Amino acid sequence: MSSKATEEQLLYANILEKGMLVGLLLMFITFALYVFRIMPAAIPLNEIAGYWSQPVHEYLVEINNNFLRWDHLPTGWSWIKLIGKGDFINFIPIAILSGVTIICYLAIVPGLFRRGDKAYAIMALAEAAILTLAASGLLAVGH
Amino acid sequence: MTNNMFRKLGGIYASLVCALTLSPVWVLASEAGMSAPVPPAGDTAWWVWPVVLLVVTFFMGIVAVLGGVGGGVLYVPIISGFFPFHLDFVRGTGLLVALSGALAAGPGLLKMNMASLRLAIPVALIASTMAIVGAMVGLALPTNIVQILLGATILGIVVIMFTAKKSAIPEVKQADPLSSALRICGIYHEASSGQDINWCVHRTPLGLATFIIIGFMAGMFGLGAGWANVPVLNLMMGAPLKISVATSKFLLSITDTSAAWIYLNKGCVIPMMVVPSLIGIMLGSFVGVRILKVAKPTFIRWMVIAILGFAGIKALTKGLGIELF
Repeated sequence: MSSKATEEQLLYANILEKGMLVGLLLMFITFALYVFRIMPAAIPLNEIAGYWSQPVHEYLVEINNNFLRWDHLPTGWSWIKLIGKGDFINFIPIAILSGVTIICYLAIVPGLFRRGDKAYAIMALAEAAILTLAASGLLAVGH
Repeated sequence: MTNNMFRKLGGIYASLVCALTLSPVWVLASEAGMSAPVPPAGDTAWWVWPVVLLVVTFFMGIVAVLGGVGGGVLYVPIISGFFPFHLDFVRGTGLLVALSGALAAGPGLLKMNMASLRLAIPVALIASTMAIVGAMVGLALPTNIVQILLGATILGIVVIMFTAKKSAIPEVKQADPLSSALRICGIYHEASSGQDINWCVHRTPLGLATFIIIGFMAGMFGLGAGWANVPVLNLMMGAPLKISVATSKFLLSITDTSAAWIYLNKGCVIPMMVVPSLIGIMLGSFVGVRILKVAKPTFIRWMVIAILGFAGIKALTKGLGIELF
């Protein structure tokens, strides 16, 4: 055993670092596009403050009724349809920051199997599956 | 000493769970209580609250670093108590605040071998699964109930911070069978003494079981869970303090990710709240690290405990519909 990090740990760290940097950089860019009105927002900047004090379900109903006028509420991955809007484009870096861990886990699985570390390989696969399930939107419930 | 602390910690957890489930405040709780929180935005210009949020989270970032706590545990009770944002959005943002801090620190800690992937993987599997359950339950419960439970939890955290000690290198006489089978052990280089420290863990089944509660609470309240991760990894499982702190920080990048997706998919993320909060906390953390060299840690720790106590009482009274302050 050594005091150095293992191969899998370094691989995980490198992917996490890249994902974090890309996500943060994109967050600054997309927020600038939004706040400086370079891209038009789905919910006008001067109106958003009227909605954020409500519970999420009421907030979604009202922004849908007043601005989006969809036949369903804008939950799950439906924000992708709105990435042309200044506010919703900000969900791209947020999704990257929230999703990079799944890639990290999937990346270390082959190495773990190669070294015969089956228990950790299976746990890593299970974790990736759980995070993917959470990300899928299938588990979203409401008040 | 360690056993004593372990017993004390167990007592605190038991009290906390009892407080959460059996408290008579449930009888008093009503949705009407939530109708008298901070006044809504009204005629305030749209940019005022995000700017105030940026300034407040900047100071929060400084205090978090100096007090040795994560951003999420300060963010959720303070912002939900004193800002006009609904608790649903505060919890979603709180998770992203804790997540971004963990993402920023995680790679470096892993590369230095201070955070242990072998220790984190089994713990994260349990904590992240339960964080999803906690997030789903938290979003299904009425807001005032969550607010009351949040207040009780924050006050429980104050008790833990007040009483729990730390052990730099706990004595682990023998690794338990589960941790031996999973080879949860390692060596880290202690720069202060120049020595390589061998470490292993014990009481792994109990430690993993505790992360069921920790993960659930992290997801339910949108709190980072460093306040609970570190004592369990360090005092209960016997990991060295530095390994516990680093692994806990890295662990948040996994636990908070799972819960963050639930909040994100439910619509509880408003970029106008998230981005100023992340920028404020990050800038504050940078400044905090520099102040850390000259600050008096004991005073800062007491200040954090006082702030959390105040925010916990505020959350509790807000959930109960009592206008205390």
